[in-house]
Amino acid sequence: MSNINLQCLLGIQCNDFVMIAADQTNSHSIMVMKDDEEKIYTISDKLVMGVVGDSGDTTQFAEYIAKNIQLYKMRNGYELGPTAAANFTRRNLAEYLRSSTPYFVNILLGGYDKENGPELYFMDYLASSVRVPFAAHGFGGFLSLSIMDRYHKKDLTEEQAYEILKMCVKEVHKRLFVSLPNFQVTVVNREGIKVLPVIDSSAMK
Amino acid sequence: MALLDFCRLDEKINLKPVDSLASFKNDVIGYSQNFINSAQLAIPPFANPVETLAQFNTKDETGREIKIEFDHGTTTLGFRYKGGVLLAVDSRATGGQFIGSQSMKKIVEINDYLLGTLAGGAADCVYWDRVLAKQCRLYELRNRERISVAAASKLMANMVYNYKGMGLSMGMMLAGIDKRGAQLYYVDSEGTRTPGKVFSVGSGSVYAFGVLDSGYKWDLEDEEAQELGRRAIYHATHRDAYSGGIIRVYHISEKGWVNISNEDCSDLHYKYQEEKGLKDDTF
Repeated sequence: MSNINLQCLLGIQCNDFVMIAADQTNSHSIMVMKDDEEKIYTISDKLVMGVVGDSGDTTQFAEYIAKNIQLYKMRNGYELGPTAAANFTRRNLAEYLRSSTPYFVNILLGGYDKENGPELYFMDYLASSVRVPFAAHGFGGFLSLSIMDRYHKKDLTEEQAYEILKMCVKEVHKRLFVSLPNFQVTVVNREGIKVLPVIDSSAMK
Repeated sequence: MALLDFCRLDEKINLKPVDSLASFKNDVIGYSQNFINSAQLAIPPFANPVETLAQFNTKDETGREIKIEFDHGTTTLGFRYKGGVLLAVDSRATGGQFIGSQSMKKIVEINDYLLGTLAGGAADCVYWDRVLAKQCRLYELRNRERISVAAASKLMANMVYNYKGMGLSMGMMLAGIDKRGAQLYYVDSEGTRTPGKVFSVGSGSVYAFGVLDSGYKWDLEDEEAQELGRRAIYHATHRDAYSGGIIRVYHISEKGWVNISNEDCSDLHYKYQEEKGLKDDTF
């Protein structure tokens, strides 16, 4: 049994940045083992990946992708952009999906491209990959998606996007039957990667 | 022999003793690879080990129960506080309803600065902890310094991750002290590996967490911490039928680990009852 849908990933892309939020709960059956787990992985200078899914698979897959993208940079002297990284990640996911050891992970990939600006990719464990302006994974995603539909605009500032994420988390706290108290938030923009304050119930006031 | 060939009997029965000997030898080599490489376990000779092995837990074709019940059931806990790391465990090993042992050592002393706890399948835990102990010692010999807890836990997580979905069952904590200070990691057979402050693993962990979380704070004194760990395990042994026996408490500080106490949980029960002012066991 997997708790892939009990975890939550949120992502928003605007003109100047892409912002990813991930819940921090690590649960085994009925037990919450941890509420400060890091589910957003730094892949390169301007690329982050939020990963939820089967415990074990998440870290193994994220680290495998991260190291391979770093290796590519060492070998070739230039970095994979977000699009290339997304295609690489998706390809791996698809190939492992058809092996005896598939990775059971849902992913949001956010990066800043020199030419094209910020990009957000939505990927699921069946290796679908699509570029989107905003996206969400898990049951919490159902609740958040309509909020993002309602409030998302291309020209939002980082502060405004953070407020939208707060609204999403608030809704998750109010309507979702599982406890996801803390959400870590990471933003990628022209300057690079920045970690924003954790969204929890105290941040709502 | 001509008749034999004509009847194609050799296709039906193996008449070549040399061949059978060779395949027997191959079997022996195939199923004892772990003697050469301890992380190379022989996997069951059928697909989907988890589902196939589960069939052995039901009835055979004649309706007789052929239950294979692996030793299970545990309460272990560990937490980090200002004075280092504290581990406390019970000592009962059960196979189904049967108590197989009341004196298991569920804390494995990997080296003087590193401890591992066992929960889940007893055989899996004991085996892989031994493999880990070997790897840690090899690391020490090769690099002339002790392995960090982070590295040791990653060795463990990577080893068991290779067997994910093949039926391994273990949830362990690795605790120790290294250059970065006191460390506590949780590693399990799903492949999870995560550092943390407070963990409890096993069937009794629900009960242990109740006591542990309500009494835990970072600034515990050493004696308070030891008593908290002991108390949490005691309450788990009281409520969880699969936990019991001796409650072992270990403490890790800069000087390495120390075994604080090994007390029988029923002795503790009467001690705590007396402290409460209750003479007999009525409620």
